[in-house]
Amino acid sequence: MTSNRREFIKLSALAGGGAIFGFQVLVSCKTDSSSKMIEAALPDPDQWFDLSAYVKIGDTGLVTIMSPNPEIGQNVKTSMPMIIAEELDVAWKDVVVEQAGLDTDNFTRQVAGGSQSIRFGWKSLREAGAKIKHMLMQAAAKRWDADIASLQVSDGIITNSAGETLSYGELAAEAVDMEVPETVDLKDPKDYKIIGQGKTNVDMEGIITGQPLFGLDFARDGMVYAAMKRPDAFGMSLKDYDDSATRAVNGVIDVVKIGDKIAVIGKNTWAVIKGKKALQATYVKSASLESSDDLSKKMQEALDQLSDEPKRNDGDVVARMDEADQVFERSYEAPFLPHNTLEPMNFFADVTDDKVELIGPIQTPQWQRSNVAEALGREESEISIMMTRQGGGFGRRLYGNFVVEAAEISNAIRKPTKLIWTREDDMTFGPFRPSSAYKFKAALKDGKITGYHLTGAGVKMRNACREGFFPAGCLADLRIDSHSIDSNIPTGAWRAPVTNFLAYAEQAFFDELAAELGKDPVDLRLELLASAQKGLVGEVEYDTDKMIRMIEVAREKSDWDNRGDKHLGFSAYFCHNTYVAEVAEVELTEDGPRVKKVDCVVDCGLVINPKGAINQIEGGIIDGIGHAMYGDYAFEAGKGSMNNFNQYRLIRMMEVPEINIHFIESHDDPTGLGEPTLPPAGGAVANALHSATGKRLYRQPFVKELEVLG
Amino acid sequence: MPQYTLQVNGQSRQVDADADTPLLWVLRDELHLVGTKYGCGIAQCGACTIHVDGSPMRSCSFPVSRVGDKKITTIEGLSADASHPLQQAWREHDVPQCGYCQAGQIMTAAALLADTPRPSDEDIASAMHGNICRCGSYPKIKQAIKAAAKK
Ligand code: FES
Ligand code: FES
Repeated sequence: MTSNRREFIKLSALAGGGAIFGFQVLVSCKTDSSSKMIEAALPDPDQWFDLSAYVKIGDTGLVTIMSPNPEIGQNVKTSMPMIIAEELDVAWKDVVVEQAGLDTDNFTRQVAGGSQSIRFGWKSLREAGAKIKHMLMQAAAKRWDADIASLQVSDGIITNSAGETLSYGELAAEAVDMEVPETVDLKDPKDYKIIGQGKTNVDMEGIITGQPLFGLDFARDGMVYAAMKRPDAFGMSLKDYDDSATRAVNGVIDVVKIGDKIAVIGKNTWAVIKGKKALQATYVKSASLESSDDLSKKMQEALDQLSDEPKRNDGDVVARMDEADQVFERSYEAPFLPHNTLEPMNFFADVTDDKVELIGPIQTPQWQRSNVAEALGREESEISIMMTRQGGGFGRRLYGNFVVEAAEISNAIRKPTKLIWTREDDMTFGPFRPSSAYKFKAALKDGKITGYHLTGAGVKMRNACREGFFPAGCLADLRIDSHSIDSNIPTGAWRAPVTNFLAYAEQAFFDELAAELGKDPVDLRLELLASAQKGLVGEVEYDTDKMIRMIEVAREKSDWDNRGDKHLGFSAYFCHNTYVAEVAEVELTEDGPRVKKVDCVVDCGLVINPKGAINQIEGGIIDGIGHAMYGDYAFEAGKGSMNNFNQYRLIRMMEVPEINIHFIESHDDPTGLGEPTLPPAGGAVANALHSATGKRLYRQPFVKELEVLG
Repeated sequence: MPQYTLQVNGQSRQVDADADTPLLWVLRDELHLVGTKYGCGIAQCGACTIHVDGSPMRSCSFPVSRVGDKKITTIEGLSADASHPLQQAWREHDVPQCGYCQAGQIMTAAALLADTPRPSDEDIASAMHGNICRCGSYPKIKQAIKAAAKK
């Protein structure tokens, strides 16, 4: 059965074209956007032919591939088109990548962040490329009156058995009318020419020459600028304000109250920043003014409670604890954290009677379209959203409060408006990584672990734990409880939600538990996994064989068994379908301990783009170390403790260790890399710091607990 | 509003701006040179780094009234055809992740190399200390600077 091209576009969208998710996303990279400069691409065409929502082919053979998902630095704009180009069988140098706007008719789930659909997207992107290749081959077969099976394709050139050739450019016009095949054969991975090759970021030239790629760079004639003053603590509401000083600022055009917020409109960014500072506003308490200390107390209390509905309850942990020789117990706590994308929140909105046009950096355009429709009382069909390149995401741009604000301001003043959040706004208005705490208890009897109990508590965390992860499945008696603490502080996903701290706590606990049992921490993990291999208890999300292989490779690559007096710390974790082990080395210098090196072993299935993969892996490790060491943020009376980088410490170049990456070779479907190298990093460093200093670390950031060198 | 004549990337440019306007916003909003980025506004992140008479400067904390006839170079003017050794090395090493900090990184590194053509690891780490990369592209930045230094 076949369908026509229009239906194909629809179908491929339903099949999850844009379904590859953000962070998690495919390993990626791009050899040479610069290939355009190094190797001449085909000339610009006079005419383009739309073969699907993803692919346009020009009469010269140049190919445009649309990238439907938001690019936040995770390299999807390079890696997703690579997958299509592979099956389309075109030379990467002849591919131009364009960002698609929100288009729910043709793409699904244009989201950066989250995770489940990678395998699905992996298949649908390959099929999208293969189907178009098939249509081009059908067109060639028709021209030559040949059997399609007798044709060969390479780099956008089709060759028949007589040795004659036709290029995609010559066939594009005819291919448009060919039937879209229902099913297509996909390549054998051994024939891949693009996937698995390091491809350079497609936006490289723009980035290194300062072209307007980012949301903050977008401008349009007649546009005004806006800054927003919001209540300065969560729990406060606007009482009244005096804008006379603001209106006196040169370049300020207007001041508009929108609910609890006051928008300052001006001719340029500086005018609105100054105008906002000059605003005199008074606020009144309208809800509780919370502090980190109070929330911490509530979490600590919750850690001693059994929940009515445990997340997992294998065997009888309570009985095992009662009959144990010893219950080994430790708890860990983490602060709130802002995301601190380097490009602060911003958005362009142009609201008129006919339409609502939105342009800027957002990880969830579809969600924001419905938020804006609701806020403005408009139809979704009147709203368009175009995504720019985004100066970091880390989960922050999943939440579109700034998109709605921009739309509300433009709606109020009916001018094309660019809203900018200052760094101070960005660091204080959230949402934040929720503060969380964990307690681990191990029942020990006759030198063995007979029961394991994890309790988690987090500020507005639906589930602070991961019940399908190691060591679940390895122990007959294992229980996991999770508690959510209510608050009016906005919280949300932050790179590797939940596991960004849970993994640290667990890896640190394992290290200490092994020491208590007099075992090597690597052996302890392997023993538990060996018992799971013999008989898995309940259901788990990880694969025991892969887990064991990753740990063994890490043991070998880090020379763990011959570490002598080197201070190494071991950590191994599965999350986001990816297996990552990290071994950190800390050296003692005259000025104190310093993280010198990290060996990282990754099993992420097939690596789409090794260059992009390495960037994501290094970035995740550095982010994990940086926030474990320095990331600190607290609330007092509803107000955040820091508002700029003079107070908030981010990791800098001199604090970054040498990183060695080892991929486990695999032909399994690709998994995400934007998140999974972050969670194990803190534990590896904490365990190495313990080896070097004898001090165990139970709270982040480490710098508050220990004199650590950058 | 006062008027200033600025020497930017080899051209003379006239702008109207309040005296206290940071050069960053004059470049971005008035001259539409948006390669220079805003990250903190208080000289802490390096995203806004430009060259003033060849020295690296945080344009977010440099008022337009103090520029005078000093020569301003931004990322757009670093080389005529993206051929600066650092731009070449950035390409070869695929340095950027989100890319937002990279113009500032390149401008700081360019000033370092102009001053110290063969920098040691410590020279690099200390020169680059003022530039944050939230994505953690630091290892690649370091490799690219070393590669450019060899050119
Ligand atoms: S914006 Fe100037 S240093 Fe951060
Ligand atoms: S590449 Fe994203 S901040 Fe440096």
